Amino acid sequence: MIETSTPTKPKAEGKPVNQRGRSLAGVHPFPYKHLLGITGLHPHEIEYLLNEAEDYIDLMRADEPQPRYLAGLTQINLFFENSTRTLMSFDIAGQRLGASTINVPVSSSSIRKGETLLDTALTLNAMHPDILIVRHSSSGAVQLLAEKVDCAVINAGDGRHEHPTQALLDALTIRRRKGKIEGLVVAICGDIANSRVARSNAILLTTMGAEVRLIAPPTLMPTADLGYRTFTDMRTGLEGADVVMMLRLQRERMAGSFVPSEREYFELHGLTEEKLRCAKDDCLVMHPGPMNRGVEIATTIADDISRSAIQEQVEMGVAVRMAMLDILTRELRGAAF
Amino acid sequence: MLGLLIQNARLAAEGGVGKTQVAVRVARGRIVELAPNLTPNPGESVIDANEQLLMPGVVDMKTFAADHEAAIAGGVTTLAIHPRKSRVQDRPSVIASLRKGAAPNQVNVEPIGAATKALEGTDLAEIGLMKAAGAVGFANGRRAISDATVLLRLMRYAQSLDTLIYQHAEEPSLTHGAVATEGETAQRMGLPAAPAFAEAMMIARDLRLVRETGCRYHVGLVTTAEAIDLIRTAKAEGLPVSAATAPAYFLLNDIAVNDYRTFLHLSPPLREESDRQAVIGAIADGTIDAIVSDHDPRTAEEKRLPFEESIAGMVGLETLLPLTLKLYHSGAVPDLSRLIDALTRAPADLIQSAAGRIEVGAPADLILVDLNRSWRIDSDKLASAAKNTGFDKLPVEGRVELVVAGGHILLNRHAST
Repeated sequence: MIETSTPTKPKAEGKPVNQRGRSLAGVHPFPYKHLLGITGLHPHEIEYLLNEAEDYIDLMRADEPQPRYLAGLTQINLFFENSTRTLMSFDIAGQRLGASTINVPVSSSSIRKGETLLDTALTLNAMHPDILIVRHSSSGAVQLLAEKVDCAVINAGDGRHEHPTQALLDALTIRRRKGKIEGLVVAICGDIANSRVARSNAILLTTMGAEVRLIAPPTLMPTADLGYRTFTDMRTGLEGADVVMMLRLQRERMAGSFVPSEREYFELHGLTEEKLRCAKDDCLVMHPGPMNRGVEIATTIADDISRSAIQEQVEMGVAVRMAMLDILTRELRGAAF
Repeated sequence: MLGLLIQNARLAAEGGVGKTQVAVRVARGRIVELAPNLTPNPGESVIDANEQLLMPGVVDMKTFAADHEAAIAGGVTTLAIHPRKSRVQDRPSVIASLRKGAAPNQVNVEPIGAATKALEGTDLAEIGLMKAAGAVGFANGRRAISDATVLLRLMRYAQSLDTLIYQHAEEPSLTHGAVATEGETAQRMGLPAAPAFAEAMMIARDLRLVRETGCRYHVGLVTTAEAIDLIRTAKAEGLPVSAATAPAYFLLNDIAVNDYRTFLHLSPPLREESDRQAVIGAIADGTIDAIVSDHDPRTAEEKRLPFEESIAGMVGLETLLPLTLKLYHSGAVPDLSRLIDALTRAPADLIQSAAGRIEVGAPADLILVDLNRSWRIDSDKLASAAKNTGFDKLPVEGRVELVVAGGHILLNRHAST
């Protein structure tokens, strides 16, 4: 029969497509095989990940040897899209935990030359890695790859879809600076429509009870109503904000295609001292990096460590990634949850 | 060849299968007699239809492959083969070779010529020569003819030849790079998307050219409420405008591409629920003249990719009839005769084919359908080599039992022969 309100939706063959691995619900506080996105995570699961990451900050800051939980395990960092920061962050996180890390810079290797993503997945799988970290320029590509390999997969960014470890590290930064997430007003500003960072952050922060506002020029704002308050005027959007998250704007979008020019963007949508005064006095300023100084953020704000958490975000990134590597390999290592 | 007599059949009526008994006599590839009862001639094969639905073989006015086995399995007896990138068919010799291809165990092939050379959308193809070679219409693959000057000239030219021009109605400057319809689903999934009105925009412009030229203009696939309203108004104005759609657009909405299901990567992309409802309404009231398979076989290599890198298209020949019958069985379009018309006579008239009707003198392209027989679509069991259906495992009602094309029995699942 044809349903008139909901469309006929035949089941895909084999495993459910949106699966995050076999269910360990009720046993494990994070009952998933992979970390593919923030979508679908429950508040208590996010809370758990943040708490685990918190422990790693203390460990990193203490002048003691790190636990080598991942000694003997192989971590492959498969980056189909160029990255320096995220790749380094995952690499350092793995090495600190004792894993053998292998970086595959796909853009300059033979994998790109005609081999399909699934062939790459099968090739890598045959090498028996213990954990895969994957970045890809197409939305959904990391999920597709995760369905074909036996080991755990962490999404290090897929197209315009999700970047879950970025959202976790941002949440951890906010929680440490503000003591909580629930009830905060967080303004996310910039290229919202094309940003996986914005998407993962908006989902996570809303799940944890924050009020998320999106601020962008109309050409970079999603046209669909996703349930967030949206602003094209930055001053109005920043009123009463506890946190402002600036996004990186790709330079090719600033030459007339999405916004007329860099200087116009800075004037209307760049974070300046004057605009920041619209937010709360103790408003925290964040940026996932790398920054375009003088385009989306004024240098004086970026460098003011009393207001800006930008360096701290980098440190939190390593802690979050260590925690994820630890959690997703526990079953493999026979470690306690 | 000895004749064939089908007895005790029923024809489609407004509310379902008609009550009156029908017999059809076939000889030399034509329907020669039609009456409530006919006496078998000596040596004639006789088929007792057991009161099943007798209808003309399906006339599919938009398919990209001459997939005969799939067509037979689906009760399709006429295929209008469209040009595509890998087979542009923009020369009369290609049209002629496609045309004469049909062997006795094959269905009828009606070639659609390329409207522009190499489907580039810039120079007119030899549509006069191709029409003479047997082309029944002209199309441009999955690329819109977007240049207004080119389309204006094409329409003027085509009007003088009284031939049909198909448009792929997606304004390319809006849909370039997009794989989904702008909206919540695409945004959530991070897919490059274009606004649904890209369809209506192109049609609105084209209708002005139709008014100018009087060309027979056909929207290859109409998928949005806004475009349907434009077509409805144009028809009321008396413009020579027609439209078709495919089952995906009346059975699914954009939510179905959740989980990056590349088998549902289509061009045009799936739309929102209100558009799906509008498509159903337009089939019922005849604004949408025809339902087509949009049959587009794709290999696993073209589909097992990240969604935005995969190739658009779905196979559809075998599932066209049962998926269309879902509209009848669900009550969405209770008029069975309108649905059958959309699959047979309406498209046949548009491509100026004598098929698609049960009349004395018409081609003997006939099928028997067990209207209430339930079965499940199974991609592994499809007769076509490509298995890219987005309807795998879907339960359907209505199975083709007998296929006669040009007087030859091509399929017979019927019990009492």
